[in-house]
Amino acid sequence: MEYILQIIFSFIFTACFGVIFNAPTKAIPYCGIVGAIGWIVYYLINHIGVQEVQASFVGAFVVAIVAQIFARRFKMPMIIFNVSGIIPLVPGGIAYNTMRNIMELDYNLGIQNGMRAFMISGAVAMGLVFAEVITQLVMRTFNKGKTSMQSFARAKRRTQKFK
Amino acid sequence: MTMKEQNYEMALDCFLLAGQIMMESGAETYRVEDTMLRMARSQDIEDAQSYVTPTGIILSLGRRQITKITSITNRITDLHKISLVNNISRKLTLKIITLDEAYDELLKIQKTNYFLPIHVQILTASIASSCFMVLFNGLWSDMPAAFVAGGVGYLAVTMVQEATKVKFFSEFFASLVVGIIAYLAVHFGLGTELDKIIVGSVMPLVPGVLITNAVRDLMAGHFTAGIAKGTEAFLTAFAIGSGIALVVAI
Repeated sequence: MEYILQIIFSFIFTACFGVIFNAPTKAIPYCGIVGAIGWIVYYLINHIGVQEVQASFVGAFVVAIVAQIFARRFKMPMIIFNVSGIIPLVPGGIAYNTMRNIMELDYNLGIQNGMRAFMISGAVAMGLVFAEVITQLVMRTFNKGKTSMQSFARAKRRTQKFK
Repeated sequence: MTMKEQNYEMALDCFLLAGQIMMESGAETYRVEDTMLRMARSQDIEDAQSYVTPTGIILSLGRRQITKITSITNRITDLHKISLVNNISRKLTLKIITLDEAYDELLKIQKTNYFLPIHVQILTASIASSCFMVLFNGLWSDMPAAFVAGGVGYLAVTMVQEATKVKFFSEFFASLVVGIIAYLAVHFGLGTELDKIIVGSVMPLVPGVLITNAVRDLMAGHFTAGIAKGTEAFLTAFAIGSGIALVVAI
């Protein structure tokens, strides 16, 4: 029950950010799906005792893979799907705590929280980039059998549907 | 196939406009560069070179045409425009449309505002703020307070941004408003956890996209762009933090 609740609310949360970032209207539900999948993966992994930095990495990795799939499916740039998808993983709360600690002149705790926020956002970015590179490698080996002319013709057929 | 001289001039304007729209809408640097060079190659201009930073783009078509620069003054996140420009570049590369048509469509895209009405945006910001309570172990009873604070905060940032055009100030002001509303809600017993309400309500303002884009640009080797975006993200975070801190300190 708890997990279902998390899925539903992370879907709504991410879809709302899709609206705020002005994603194309037909892509907004898919933005929500990307975010919900990424968040539930993060949540499950964090629940079985993995540290939040590693869990954020895996979550962002999954977000980028799903975003790639949607991007290829709908012929849209990948940034549309992963920008709102990573929002639940971004350490907004920790960054806030850092600022608050520093304002209360508790520099020790501030530095600690700041490093946490830095590590998590670094892990999120790393997850995104790694997933992108790996999918590119896979796609390259996958497309090797075809000549460039064949893939060009296939791409042309697909885009003509959008005319 | 040889192009006339004015055609080269229009091609340069067209590619540069595509790059400008994408950069102003918050696309990644490497995507902007890739799009412009792909469009150039589709018009048989193989030796085009570009230099893209978040504050300006330089594009050269080799010896055919003088090099042009465009400056980029405001940057927002507008995914719809990115996808539209992407579509046009794809169509131009596959020779479905001509250069003239592409240029006309780009001019149209630049002028149009694709954002949803402002009340829809405020509503979604409110919903997002209240959903945050569930995802981060907040209390269900804090949701109405976050709903109001998030919506008003988003309204404040858009209105002040329009009036002053200074991003730092509008974000500072919006987070100040969020802090005051959250404090009042807790004071009058309409909310319990001040921290959770504030964090949820400033979520629509947090520069999460900028941070990750900055790191990605750094990893792709665009160091100028990465540092510039990182600085912008730091300034935004600082503005939000100091607005909240003012309330918490009082």
